[in-house]
Amino acid sequence: MNKMIELTIDGISVSVPEGSTVLEAARAAHINIPTLCYLKDVQQIGACRLCLVEIEKQRGLCAACVMPAADGMVVRTNTEKLRKQRRINLELLLASHNRECTSCVRSGSCELQALCNEYGVKEYPYDGAKKETLYDELSPSVVRDNSKCINCRRCVAACNNVQEIGAIGVSKRGFKTQIGPIYGRTLAATSCVNCGQCIVACPVGALHEKENISDVWDAINDPDKYVVVQPAPAVRASIGEEFGLPMGVAQTGKLAAALRRLGFNRVFDTNFGADLTIVEEGTELINRLKDKNAVLPMITSCSPGWISYCEKFYPEFIPNLSSCKSPHEMEGAMVKSYFAEKMGIDPSTIVVVSVMPCTAKKYEAARPELASNGMKDVDYVITVRELARMIKQAGIDFAKLPDESFDSMLGESSGAADIFGATGGVMEAALRSVYEILTGKTLEKVDFTEVRGTTGVKEATIDLDGTKINVAVAHGTANAKKVLEAVKRGEKDYAFIEIMCCPGGCVTGGGQPIVSSKDFQYIDLKTIRAKALYSEDAGKAVRKSHENPEIKAIYAEYLGEAGGHKAHELLHTTYSAKEKYYV
Amino acid sequence: MALTTEQIAEKTKALKEFIAEHKDMPGPLMPIMQYAQESFGYLSLENQLLIAESLGIPVTEVYGVATFYAQFSLQPKGDNVISVCQGTACYVKGGAAVLAEVEKELGITSNQTTADGKFTIQDTRCLGCCGLAPVMTINEDVYGKLTPAMVKDILAKY
Repeated sequence: MNKMIELTIDGISVSVPEGSTVLEAARAAHINIPTLCYLKDVQQIGACRLCLVEIEKQRGLCAACVMPAADGMVVRTNTEKLRKQRRINLELLLASHNRECTSCVRSGSCELQALCNEYGVKEYPYDGAKKETLYDELSPSVVRDNSKCINCRRCVAACNNVQEIGAIGVSKRGFKTQIGPIYGRTLAATSCVNCGQCIVACPVGALHEKENISDVWDAINDPDKYVVVQPAPAVRASIGEEFGLPMGVAQTGKLAAALRRLGFNRVFDTNFGADLTIVEEGTELINRLKDKNAVLPMITSCSPGWISYCEKFYPEFIPNLSSCKSPHEMEGAMVKSYFAEKMGIDPSTIVVVSVMPCTAKKYEAARPELASNGMKDVDYVITVRELARMIKQAGIDFAKLPDESFDSMLGESSGAADIFGATGGVMEAALRSVYEILTGKTLEKVDFTEVRGTTGVKEATIDLDGTKINVAVAHGTANAKKVLEAVKRGEKDYAFIEIMCCPGGCVTGGGQPIVSSKDFQYIDLKTIRAKALYSEDAGKAVRKSHENPEIKAIYAEYLGEAGGHKAHELLHTTYSAKEKYYV
Repeated sequence: MALTTEQIAEKTKALKEFIAEHKDMPGPLMPIMQYAQESFGYLSLENQLLIAESLGIPVTEVYGVATFYAQFSLQPKGDNVISVCQGTACYVKGGAAVLAEVEKELGITSNQTTADGKFTIQDTRCLGCCGLAPVMTINEDVYGKLTPAMVKDILAKY
C-alpha cells in the first residue's frame, strides 16, 4: 500500500496514494481537467497541453497528466488564465485541422469537438497553412485520414506500446510531423494486423473502420438477394451503449429485434457458430492430445487479428494453430450449405452479413481461404458502430424495442458461446466440452474461474479426469508475444493456449463503441463488458456447446462426425506465413 | 554513386557486425543508423528493417529517427554533396541567391540528386564559419564569401 499524500486542488483537500499524478488526484476529487493526448493505461506524455494547471511555487503552467502530485501542493485548475490558455491551444490545433464536422464519422464522439464546445471556441484566429494530408483507404479494415489528425499519438501508443506491433509511428518533425506507417505507405502494406485498437484510441476522426453500411443496405434492398445477419457474442455486451443504455448489460433481445426490423431475411446468431467452433476445436484438441506426433500446444484461431499476428510475426507457430475457421465464418459456411439446402434457396443469392466487435473480421472475410464451394462464407462485416448507425438511419428506437429471439436452425446457443467475447471465454467453453467428450463424465462445476479476468497472461492446470493439462490464456498481442517466447524457450509446456488479439478480448475490440478518454478514467471497460457476457452465460439452461440442441441436429442431419470429412471441408481452413513489409 | 551487388553484400555484412557489437550498449540506435548512413550513403528500407529487427524495435521507430534528423537521408546521395548554408548570417549575406543559382545550374532543388548521380544538394543551416558568409561546402571543401556568379566555375571543378 502506497503512502498517502495530501494536496489542495481548487481549494478542495485531496488525499491520494503517492505516485499519483495531479490529473489523477483531480479526478479523485471529481474535478475534470481536459485532456487529449492522455489515455489511461495507454499514454501519458504531456504533449497536447490541454491539461495545464497552475501550481503554487512552480514556474509556468504544468501538464497535470505527467506532474506527480506532492504533499502540500496547491493546485488551481480553473482560473481565467488557464481557460484562456487552453482555448488558445485548441485554436492552434484547429488551425490545420480539417473541420468538416458535419460529415465526420466521429461527430458527437469527437473529443476535440467536445472540448471546443466546452471552451467556447468560436473562431479560427490562427488559420494558415495546412499540413500535407494523407488519406489511406486501401486497408480492408482501417481508414486513416491525416487531415483530421492532431498528432496526439494515442494510436501510436496503442499500436506500439500496448500491442507491440508498431505499424503506426511518428515521422518528420515540427509542422511537418506525420503520424502513420513508414514512407506514407498504406496500412495494408505494413505489419498492421487490422485489430483497430488505434481506432478506439483515436480522440478524433483520423481513424475509423472501412465502412460497409451501403453494401449492406444495397443487399437488403435487392429483392433477388436473401440476406442473413449474425451478430458476434460481444455485440450484445456493448450495443446498448450506443443508445444510452447502461454499460455492462447485454441487450440480446433488443439486438435480435433491431436486426429483424432492419429488414434482414433471417436473424441468426454467431453464438451458434461459436458452439460449432467449440465442438470442432475441442475434437481437434482431443485428437492432438491422443496423437503422440501431433503438434502441441494447440492455439485457438477465432481471432483474425491474432491470426495475422501469427502469420506476420510468429510463422513458426502456424502448425500450432487450430485449423478451425472462426465462429462467424463457420456460421456463414453453414448458412450457404446446410440452411440453403434445407430451405431450397440458391446459395449464390444468399448474402451473409456479420456484425462484429472487430475490424480484423473485415480482413478475415476477404481472405481467399475462407470460401466454400466457390462462395465467400461471409460477404460483409460491419462493426458494432456501423450497426448502431444503421439502426439510427432506420429510425428504430432501440431502447424501447421488445426483446425478441434469434431465428431457429442456426440461432440457438449455449452459455459457453456467450463468453467467447471475453478473454478466457474460448478456453472455458472448450474445457467444458473437452472434459465431457474426453471423459464421458458430467462436469460438476462448469465455471473455470481461473481463466477469467483481465490479467495479461493467465495459466491453469486442468484435471481431465486423471490427465492433467497446462493451459494458458493471453490477450493483446504483447501478451501473446510473452507466451510464445516462453514456449519457444522451452520454459512452458502447455497443451492448449487461447490467444485473442485485443486486450480484454472481443468486448474491447477495435469495432466496439467509442468510449471517451474521460470515461476511461472511471470505468474498467474490459471487466464491465465481460460481466454482461458472464451473466448471459449464467442465465442459460444449456451451458455447454455440445449440448446445444441445434448443434446436435446439424451433426445428426448434415455434418456427420465432428472433425469428419464434411466438417473439414466446410469448417476448417489453412494459414500461411506473410511478410510484415514488402521491400 | 550506385553500389554494386558485391559492395552491398560486403557493406551489409559489415553493418551486421557493427550491430552485433553495439546492440547491447545503451542507446544503440543512433550510432548504428549513423554507421549505416555513412557506409551506404543513405538509409535504405532494407537497412532500416535490418536495424529494427536486430534491435527488437518496430521499423516505424527507425524511420521516425531517420526522418527527424537532417543528417540522415532516405535516398542515395550523389557523388558530391553540396551544402549551401541558409543559416542567419549566410541568409542575410545573400545565401538564398547562391542556393537558387546552384539549383538552377544543376536543375534540381534542395534535397534532390541529379539524374547522373553526380550532385546532391542538402538542406543546410549553420556550418559554423559565419565570418565567411555566405558559405557553401562541397564534400569537405569550403567556399566562402560567395556570389551567384562564382557558382558555375566552382561546380565545374567536380
